[in-house]
Amino acid sequence: MRARGYGRRSNGISMADNTEHITCQEVVDLVSDYIEAALPSEQAALFEQHLNFCDGCMNYVEQLRTTVASVGALREEAVPDDVKAQLLATFRDWRHT
Amino acid sequence: MTSATVTREEADLLERLRAGDERAFEALVESYYGTMLSIAQTYVRTRSVAEEVVQDAWLGVLRGLDRFEGRSSLKTWIISIVINIAKTRGVRESRSLPFATLAADDDEPALSADRFRSANDAFPGHWWTPPADWRALPQEVLLGRETLGVVKRAIDALPDAQRTVIAMRDLAGCSAEEVCETLSISEGNQRVLLHRARARVRAALERHLDG
Repeated sequence: MRARGYGRRSNGISMADNTEHITCQEVVDLVSDYIEAALPSEQAALFEQHLNFCDGCMNYVEQLRTTVASVGALREEAVPDDVKAQLLATFRDWRHT
Repeated sequence: MTSATVTREEADLLERLRAGDERAFEALVESYYGTMLSIAQTYVRTRSVAEEVVQDAWLGVLRGLDRFEGRSSLKTWIISIVINIAKTRGVRESRSLPFATLAADDDEPALSADRFRSANDAFPGHWWTPPADWRALPQEVLLGRETLGVVKRAIDALPDAQRTVIAMRDLAGCSAEEVCETLSISEGNQRVLLHRARARVRAALERHLDG
């Protein structure tokens, strides 16, 4: 797990002082790209720096991962036997035309 | 990144299908039926209509098989057939509006601004009400029937373009490249639509889990 056990942690306040940093509100807009690994490396570094100090954003990232997983859980897997039999019959008809 | 063109396995499968190999067709049905049904269900009202859409899509696949040129992956091609049929059915049922455009034209924030500290605060743009830690929640709550129902309804309520992108990416497991190609949208546009769709589904989950 990234950004665990490092630095001072707060409940939503970035501890970055004068250095370049991003806000929680900006993190929220970048999270999807971050988990897609689509952030440019400099921005990804700032993003991860922020997570090191921010439990709220760490939770937000995890929530978005959970969201993606829950959408994937809607996928159905099994083909009912009668449907498969019907489709195979259609295939046989198609083959003979 | 997944290639958006036909892989060697797919080329082999295609050859067998065209030769009328029933086992090859059975394998194809087993690979894609569930994904097709799940995608169809995000466009039409009932499961039985979604089943009809998938049935029609298989007919479309068989009709198109000889003409399929492999410029997209087999999976992307099959899914785009499902989406086209499902959209037509959805419109007939007044379930969804046709895509006027796939552009990400609305500029809504992922989260309401009042979740964050204002510009006058000592820490502008930082959490006012931080998100909860869902890792503490049991799996049976997170992936339980009730929660998944919330997820499904949230997807159903999305604008058409967002719904298509999240269904292809997070439900069907297509790559970003496959989505861009199927829907003829840019990589940037795909990312914006996915971001907005995920943000809305997350918000619905938050209302359900933390509400």
